Amino acid sequence: MSKVVAATGNEAVANALRQVNPDVCAAYPITPQTDMMQRFSSYVSDGQVKTELILVESEHSAMSACIGASAAGGRVATATCGPGLALMWEMLFVASGTRLPIVMPVVNRALSAPLNIHGDHSDAMGARDSGWIHLWSENAQEAYDNTIQAFRIAEHMDIRLPVMVCLDGFIISHSIERMEYLEDDEVKKFVGEYKPLNPLLDLEHPKSMGPLILPDLYHEFKRAQHEVMTKVKDVVLNVAEEFEILSGRRYGLFEAYRLDDAEIALVILNSAAGTSKDVVDEFRKGGIKAGLLKPRLFRPFPYEEVAQALKHLKAICVLDRADSFGGYGPLFMEISSALYPLKERPIMINKIYGLGGRDFLPQHAEQVLSELAEITKTGKFKIIKEYIGVRE
Amino acid sequence: MKLKGWKELTPGAVILEAGNAVEFKTGSWRAFKPIWKQENCIQCLFCWLYCPDMAVKVKDGKRADFDYDYCKGCGICALECPGKKGKKAIVMVEEGK
Repeated sequence: MSKVVAATGNEAVANALRQVNPDVCAAYPITPQTDMMQRFSSYVSDGQVKTELILVESEHSAMSACIGASAAGGRVATATCGPGLALMWEMLFVASGTRLPIVMPVVNRALSAPLNIHGDHSDAMGARDSGWIHLWSENAQEAYDNTIQAFRIAEHMDIRLPVMVCLDGFIISHSIERMEYLEDDEVKKFVGEYKPLNPLLDLEHPKSMGPLILPDLYHEFKRAQHEVMTKVKDVVLNVAEEFEILSGRRYGLFEAYRLDDAEIALVILNSAAGTSKDVVDEFRKGGIKAGLLKPRLFRPFPYEEVAQALKHLKAICVLDRADSFGGYGPLFMEISSALYPLKERPIMINKIYGLGGRDFLPQHAEQVLSELAEITKTGKFKIIKEYIGVRE
Repeated sequence: MKLKGWKELTPGAVILEAGNAVEFKTGSWRAFKPIWKQENCIQCLFCWLYCPDMAVKVKDGKRADFDYDYCKGCGICALECPGKKGKKAIVMVEEGK
């Protein structure tokens, strides 16, 4: 039985962590994540979880503490955002390279400078190549559901990799939405008992972790790490299938919205996809075959499946809430890589939107879809990468 | 030793065998080799005490020769050696000479 509630994204994810009841959490406050782990610390203080909460002096230390606790053999979680994730950067690679199944909600925030605390995907995109599995969430419900599923994906014996669950700072973390919670028992049963792999606290079998690996073996370790990523898609889908039986909510590698017979489409992550779906509906009412693809699993990126879902389109626009200065937006680069092997490809353009929490409004989606409709008529386009919602 | 392929590795580079440092012979790192001159040795065992590895062997309480499989040639033993009548019992000689 699920419970319908009004909750913010941070509240929802904190509640998911309460229901999972990890052995160890280490966290450092950073806006807009602070409120999530503050809520979780109340659960610890009130005895609602048995978690050992370690208050550390930085995010670098938070991730280091998580790595130690996970290596010791515990179920471990933390949360961060923006510059906090940036400060963790070194340790992110230690967590994934050591194959530690740590779960970390990331409340997406812009990076400095200029200093900005609002929603933006630059943080997680900066950690794109850190060897973590990335799940992205449109709203509080998806952030809650993804957090619960993340433990199953990370801890799967064929995977044993850390997972970050992304949700938009403020837009989702601090907005109250209608959503549904699972019962505590259901979540407990779904995530199951934690099974450690080669834990340090197995004192009968002493072992070393984090060794120096020189050029004669490092390349092999990285090749092996890639191989694990090839198995993630199936695990994500299997976990989603089980989760659907429990919750009635369906998840895949991405969401394809009115895409089957579409001629033009938007590809867009997280909260802005919700706004865009309404606009897609409006265009459909007007007789224009518009659709939308919202990636959920960003690492590993499901190139073949995305290509299959987009191959029949005439024109698409990939919208990025992060930039690569001197390059295309990070999501555009993935979509163009996915489509390049096809003989016939849709025309592709890239728009950078919503940096530093700038609102993404329905009129922005309208503007882009109108441009795509025009491109399908003329077959011509001028600029590939362009900023929208920016003052001249 | 045959090097492992990528399919044979332990997840996360975890080393499951305890005490395996003995298999990693680090003597090849050496650029200078310590030579023990028994005639100048006063058996103070400073070399054994100061060696950051376990490359100075002791047998029946007496100084024995170096274990060159693990001596990296840091030279600490030669520096600390008091010797006898101003003559060192450990001298460093360049490898390959």
